[in-house]
Amino acid sequence: MSKIFFGEGLPGVDQDELQGRLIVVEGADGSGRSTQIERLTAWLERHGHAIVNVGIKRSTLVSDQLDIAQKGNILSPTTRSLFYATDFADQLENIIIPSLKAGFIVLADRYIYTLMARDIVRGADRDWVESLFGIAVVPDAVFYLKVSPRLLVERNFEKNVVLDYWESGMDIGMSRDMLESFLKYQKLIQTEFAHMQQRFGFEVINGNRAPRAIALDLQARVARIIGGIPTDKQEQEIIKTPKLKLDDETAERAPRIQTAPARALSQSVEEVSV
Amino acid sequence: MMMLARASKEFSGKLIAVEGLDGSGKSTQIYLVKRWLEMQDMKVFFTEWNSSDLVKKVTKRGKKEQLLTPTTFSLIHCTDFADRYERQIWPLLRAGFIVLADRYMYTAFARDVVRGCSHSWVRNLYSFAAEPDVTFFFKVPLETALDRILSGRPQLKYFEAGMDLGLSNDPYESFRLFQQRIHQQYESMEKTYRFHVIDATRTVEEQQQEVRELIQSHLDLPRFRKRARISLA
Repeated sequence: MSKIFFGEGLPGVDQDELQGRLIVVEGADGSGRSTQIERLTAWLERHGHAIVNVGIKRSTLVSDQLDIAQKGNILSPTTRSLFYATDFADQLENIIIPSLKAGFIVLADRYIYTLMARDIVRGADRDWVESLFGIAVVPDAVFYLKVSPRLLVERNFEKNVVLDYWESGMDIGMSRDMLESFLKYQKLIQTEFAHMQQRFGFEVINGNRAPRAIALDLQARVARIIGGIPTDKQEQEIIKTPKLKLDDETAERAPRIQTAPARALSQSVEEVSV
Repeated sequence: MMMLARASKEFSGKLIAVEGLDGSGKSTQIYLVKRWLEMQDMKVFFTEWNSSDLVKKVTKRGKKEQLLTPTTFSLIHCTDFADRYERQIWPLLRAGFIVLADRYMYTAFARDVVRGCSHSWVRNLYSFAAEPDVTFFFKVPLETALDRILSGRPQLKYFEAGMDLGLSNDPYESFRLFQQRIHQQYESMEKTYRFHVIDATRTVEEQQQEVRELIQSHLDLPRFRKRARISLA
C-alpha cells in the first residue's frame, strides 16, 4: 500500500516507494502516550516487526537549539511554530520516509496534529498551518489518547511534581494561576483535537483506563492494520482454553498433558498467521 | 500572545527591501540608504537575511555538516526570518520606523523553488509577512554578477555554491548554474511583486541617486524624524 501526503508532499519523493506503515499516538503529557508506545514497540518487535520511533523535538538538526530557545522563552509564536516544523521536517526526511521505504513500522509519539493544535489555539491561521504541514505523510492510523483534564493534572503532579509551563499554556496568558491555566489550555487543545478527529479520522482511545486495558485496545486496532499478529489477549485466551478443559474434564490425567498449553499456543499462532 | 495570521498592513512605518544576486551590489546600496537616513535623524532599522542569533547556530551546523534538505533549508531560513520579523520588523513597523531589509522573502521564493520546493508552499510559508512598500531589484547580467563574485576565486561554501542541487561537481560551475536559475526566478517575480528594477551595471553613485529619489517619492520622510531631537532643537 502506498502512502499519500497531506499537501503537495516533498520534492523528490515517490510515494509509491513508501511501503511501511506509519502509526501515530497522540495525547497530552500524562495521557500515557510514552508507556503505550513502549508497549506497542515491544509487542510488535516480539512478533518480528522492525520498528522506528520518532517524536517531537528529536531531530539531529534542531532539537538542542530548540530546547535552549524554549527554556529562555524567547521564541515568538510564529517562530516557534516554524522551529518545530523544521524539527518535524528533519525527522520526516531523514527517518520517517527512509524507514517507510525500507518497510519499517514507524511509531510516532505525537505527529503534526499536536503541532497544529498548539498553533491553532494560539491564533494561527488554519490554512497557513495546514499548508505548512502539507509536507507530511498521511499516517495509516492515528490513535488519540483522550484523558480528562482532571486526571491529567493528577498524573502530571505524580510524575513531575509541577505542571509544565507550555503544557499549561501559560504563554497565552489566560490565567496567572497555573492550575486554572492548565485546565483551560487542555480543554482548548481537546476541542481542537475533536475538530481534527472529524477532519482527519482519528481513532479516539479512552485514556482514563488502566494502562493494560489501553494496551490491549491498541493492539487490537493495530492488528487490524498490520494483520497476522495475535494480541496479548488472544494469546492468553489460547493458553486459558486448554486449562479450562483440564479442570472440567480431565483432571485425573493432568500430569500427561502439562505441556498442552504451549503446544496449543504454537498451533494457534500458526492458525492465526495463516 | 497571538500568532501572526495573514500579513496585516496596519502600521505607520515603512518597509524597504533590496533583492538581487550575490555580487549585484545591493548591500552597498542599502548601506548607503541607511547612512543617508541616519544622518537626517530618521527612525531607521536595518535587518539582514539569515542573521537571527537564535537560529544562526542551527543554520551554521546544518550547513557545515550538510544536514539540510531543500525542505529543512527552506524552513530554517523561514524560522530565522520569522524570529527577526516578530521581534524586530513587525514591532518596529508599528512603532513608525523605516525598516531596511537586505534580502526579504523574495530571496526564499527564488532559492527554495530552485532547490525544488513547491512554489505555492514557499509562498504560503511567508504569508504572515507584510509585502514591502518598496522593493528594489538590483539587476545585473548574470555574467557580470558571476565575474564580480568569482574573479577572486573565493572559497565557495557548499550550499552557497548550490552543490546540494547536484548540478555539477565543480563548485564554480555549480555556482554558475545555481545563480542562473535564481536569476530566472527573480525575473519571473519582477512584475508580480512590483520590483523597482535598478540597472546595477551603472556606478554606485548613479544607482544611489536613483534609489534615494525613489524613496523620497514614496515616503513622506520628515514624518520619520526622531521626535526627541525635534523637541530638543
